[in-house]
Amino acid sequence: MKIAQQFTDKTLTLSLDGELDASSSVLLDTELSKPDILDNEKILIDCQRLNYISSAGLGVFISHLQRFQDANTKLVFYNMQDKVHNVFEILGLDSLMTIVPSQAEAAAI
Amino acid sequence: MKNAIRVSCNRTNLKVVRDFVNSYLATYDLSELQLNQIVLAVDEVVANLIIHANAEDESQYLQLRVTFENHTVDIEIEDDSHVAYIPSTFREPDLHEHVRQARKGGVGMALVNRIMDRVEFTTSGTHNICRLHKHIS
Repeated sequence: MKIAQQFTDKTLTLSLDGELDASSSVLLDTELSKPDILDNEKILIDCQRLNYISSAGLGVFISHLQRFQDANTKLVFYNMQDKVHNVFEILGLDSLMTIVPSQAEAAAI
Repeated sequence: MKNAIRVSCNRTNLKVVRDFVNSYLATYDLSELQLNQIVLAVDEVVANLIIHANAEDESQYLQLRVTFENHTVDIEIEDDSHVAYIPSTFREPDLHEHVRQARKGGVGMALVNRIMDRVEFTTSGTHNICRLHKHIS
């Protein structure tokens, strides 16, 4: 799992590259746990190169969602592959998380 | 084609197991979503056995066998742990509660149960055995 970061105008974009499982999700959790991440108005998760997610990866997002909401920091996923989106759907997380098709739509939120 | 694999109880071997199941089932007529779901179910069970039943002890090993016959996938995962792992107390997760409590775990077996047609855990001596069954329509 590689995580690339880009900061622009109070928006942090994390581009995920690889597979998010019980081993690799620790890295993502470390990134999302940084206190100054709450200085952003938006955290955009680019999922174009995210090839796989397990419950451990989902759990990282679930565990930070309330903290982001309390800080008025929006969490938005985009460019999600069908097989990854399907995992969110199986659990019903697609109704709790904001998932949009494109970067333009993510930026407009 | 080889239909079994043995890995030590290190969570970095989760990818080894996923790649093995992917490769084995790739020769059959499954959609991308079906294949990913089955790989996910296996990954969740193997992760639980490695982390919870075997405490990531690399001297312990898991054996996994997969078969595909008559449009049915059967997977058997067996360890050699002194800790019995039977998630009999499993409850469907309340996602809103998980968000409020900032919980990282507790949703993996929900995925497994929703994906597979049958999920069985048994303990025999020092062996935990999980059998996963799914009919592919």
